[in-house]
Amino acid sequence: MKRRDFVGLTGLATGALFLPTIPGLGGNPVDPARLLEAVDPAVNKRLADAALNAAKAAGATYTDVRIGRYLNQSIFTREKQVQNIASGESFGAGVRVIANGTWGFAATNTVTEAGLAKAAQLAVQIAKANSKVQKEQVKLAPQQGYGTVSWKTPIQQNAFEVPVKQKVELLLAANAKALENGASFVNSSLFQINEQKYFASTDGSYIDQDVHRIWPTFSVTAIDKASGKFRSRDAMSAPMGLGYEYLSPKAADKIPGPAGSDIIGYKNSYDILEDAAAAAKHARTKLTAKSVVPGKYDLVLDPNHLGLTIHESVGHPTELDRVLGYEANYAGTSFATQEWKAKNIPFGSKQVNIVADKLQPGSLGAVGYDDEGVKTKQWDLIKEGKLVDYQKIRDQAHIVGQKESDGCCYADSWSSVQFQRMPNVSLQPGKEKMSVDDMVSKVDKGIFIAGRGSYSIDQQRYNFQFGGQVFYAIDKGKITGMLEDVAYQANTQEFWNSCAGSCDQSDYRLFGSFFDGKGQPSQVSAVSHGSATTRFNGVNVINTARKIG
Amino acid sequence: MAILSQDEAQAILKKVLSFSTADECAGQLNGRTTGNIRYARNNVSTAGSSDNVSLAVEARFGKRSGVATCNQFDDATLRRCVQRAEEIAKLAPEDPEYMPMLGPQQFLTPNSYAAATAGITADFRAQVAADSIALCEPRKLTAAGYLEDGPSFVAIRNNKGLEGYQQFTRLDYSVTVRTADGTGSGYAVADYTDVAKFNAKTLTSIAATKAAGSVAAKAIEPGKYTVILEPAALVSDEGILNRLMYALDAREADEGRSFLSKKGGGNKLGEKLFDPRVTIYSDPLNATAPGRVFDGDGLPVKRMTWVEKGVMKNLYYSRYWAEKSKKPATAFPSGWIMEGGTQSVDDLIKGTAKGILVTRLWYIRDVDPQTLLVTGLTRDGTFYIENGKIKHPIKNMRFNESPVIMLNNIEAMGKPVRLGGNMVPPLKIRDFTFTSLSDAV
Repeated sequence: MKRRDFVGLTGLATGALFLPTIPGLGGNPVDPARLLEAVDPAVNKRLADAALNAAKAAGATYTDVRIGRYLNQSIFTREKQVQNIASGESFGAGVRVIANGTWGFAATNTVTEAGLAKAAQLAVQIAKANSKVQKEQVKLAPQQGYGTVSWKTPIQQNAFEVPVKQKVELLLAANAKALENGASFVNSSLFQINEQKYFASTDGSYIDQDVHRIWPTFSVTAIDKASGKFRSRDAMSAPMGLGYEYLSPKAADKIPGPAGSDIIGYKNSYDILEDAAAAAKHARTKLTAKSVVPGKYDLVLDPNHLGLTIHESVGHPTELDRVLGYEANYAGTSFATQEWKAKNIPFGSKQVNIVADKLQPGSLGAVGYDDEGVKTKQWDLIKEGKLVDYQKIRDQAHIVGQKESDGCCYADSWSSVQFQRMPNVSLQPGKEKMSVDDMVSKVDKGIFIAGRGSYSIDQQRYNFQFGGQVFYAIDKGKITGMLEDVAYQANTQEFWNSCAGSCDQSDYRLFGSFFDGKGQPSQVSAVSHGSATTRFNGVNVINTARKIG
Repeated sequence: MAILSQDEAQAILKKVLSFSTADECAGQLNGRTTGNIRYARNNVSTAGSSDNVSLAVEARFGKRSGVATCNQFDDATLRRCVQRAEEIAKLAPEDPEYMPMLGPQQFLTPNSYAAATAGITADFRAQVAADSIALCEPRKLTAAGYLEDGPSFVAIRNNKGLEGYQQFTRLDYSVTVRTADGTGSGYAVADYTDVAKFNAKTLTSIAATKAAGSVAAKAIEPGKYTVILEPAALVSDEGILNRLMYALDAREADEGRSFLSKKGGGNKLGEKLFDPRVTIYSDPLNATAPGRVFDGDGLPVKRMTWVEKGVMKNLYYSRYWAEKSKKPATAFPSGWIMEGGTQSVDDLIKGTAKGILVTRLWYIRDVDPQTLLVTGLTRDGTFYIENGKIKHPIKNMRFNESPVIMLNNIEAMGKPVRLGGNMVPPLKIRDFTFTSLSDAV
């Protein structure tokens, strides 16, 4: 999805009739009752076999079929009213083939044996047309067939089964909390996704998966009419691979921020009412907070902020398709080339251990099998500061001399071709016992940052700039008050080499990115990033205030 | 099936309306057939094709509304779809911002379809990739490109007499060319309604020349510089000018949360906010960049001036906010046109004593909505200009700048070209703020 579509949806009143069709969110609006209808795997098998057979007959040497039912429901409210409730469904099938050593892909919403066979034939025709200009033949890492298997996100309460009325009431209650506590405006929303995916391939796998994701969020705005100033504070929730149970807060999941910060972080459940009240107070305080003096500061970064920095500066540059140049025309390439890796240059300090996985319970990346039928796993990307591996899929493994895929292939819709997407990429917590208060107490001149703010990074992932939602000055080991107009700029390697350690496991939480964009045509994916609060020394902070007359 | 004629589409919509017992009922059909090819490392990587057509039905009882869709068009499915929309409407809360559906509207006759573009084949796309790669390989350059094309249509109808239909074609192409050692990179991008105007070789040559010319880039000190921003730097990759055009919502301004909000309340409509040379309008009948003639609400899109000689002439008023503010509602256009001059980018370079030529700006994100400050980086061809000539390539840099400040610092404007469905001139801007260096190529 284009980010501006999302911003447009959340920032403005949406038209009552037609939400834009956007992958991962849009689809065709449907009656919510239909979201609970299931598709019979036996029917899917028959349909998939029609495509596999048709492709083989047309000359394909490999074929995979994805029959997908992508369901979503989005609820948008502002202040005391509902702006939009959209229940969407997108149903169809995509067929991917190799013919003459070349990929071909075709998709159709005519989900019948004839429709799938026709799509398979078209995919072979496209592959053959392209093989005329193909110089390197596609080589797939070997993959065993798993037979008939299935996997489900281990949710406790399916969000699609919760009455819309109950969900609306919760959002409106959060809005009321914000308004009671000083908000001028509040927009809140709840996104729910259910991917019912059936995968079959000529390797002999028939995989049925039921994947759930949820994201409650809001933005609170405080306005000072006299000065014309406005400030906002967004939710401290994370999009998660959970059901509606995420919205039943548990005390054990609440992690207080450093003393004097008034921040609460959330683990596997989220208290939207508490956070909305806090957000309104924060937005008010931001109106009169001190503007930051630019310079070098030690940064103490909350997991709900650091996740995005991990995503942009570690997750993306270790995607093998970027490293190899497949994304050169859009998302970009990577500084972390194979030549760079061979030189053993420190990616970060010894405290930096970063793992990739598609397994963490509650994470957005968790699935049983990826979208080319590979069982998922966990592996090291950065070990004690050194880059040790990349993220790769079946047609890339041989290029780096490896024999297996990492199981991180994904397509955002039945109509999109699957390709390498980021798994969960997480910074391991510190091994020594350390609380966030312990960490702050040792900082002489610093800033504690929480929440996802403005973010930007170059196409090879060297130079980045990040903002946040809330910024607190740290002076001689103590939080002294809120700051505004803060952004930090750094070089990826310098930044990770300035890492002075993380808090321990008890502070570890997941951050999530619900709409990560990559590819042409652009596709979205959802991914989590775990970390504990972490310190970085001597980072360059700029002041972002301007005057426009 | 994906592209229905006007008669076929309206026949389905008439039938849909005939099945409804709601106070108000509307249907919208959307269909699209697309093909694409993607190449990288001088090799085709993926290619595909997809088609889809869908019907959305909205039914209303009083101020209660429900929507349902389907993508099969037999009578039984259509009836079920209408019934579902009506059932949802009966259960929905009343919409406090309810606006009655529009009656008959007069739409302009669109020019947004070219048959040749609708007829592009997989072989044509493969040849585009082959031609682009063939230009690069002998020069030890590496091409990565993407072509997407196809026809689409939209049809609307409601039981108040509103009726509309429009067909479109579009071709989008972009190519990045890099030197084999990764020390140089160049870019070209274009989009068309009619494939007849498209030449992959010309665009690849531009990108190749920039790639070869950007090797051995020198670092310069970040700071304020005069820049020549090519159209791709202004509108591609969620461009800096798009940030301005998407921020013209009257409601947000009136609510006090926009760069257009006034101290003490109200908005800046009618105020001079930019250099007097800035005029921006939209025109769905522009011959080079035609757009949609009605929006999602069924409002007619007509020629409309947004900024005239630096003065904010119109804001975006939704139908609800328009009624509340006693203003006419604004149809949302699919593209916009910024007036410029007659000079080419080369002419602008010749007239520059010291400055920087920027091919592309990348990863542009909002920093402060109060001032529309955005950040991002240069990419794929950044060059230092001295005494009217390109002197040498320079390393990429991060900028932090507001389009509002930028459009007050105009030195010169070139001839507008089509990009992203808009018409955009290259702009020469003084005091553009770069804040750090990047090693990215």
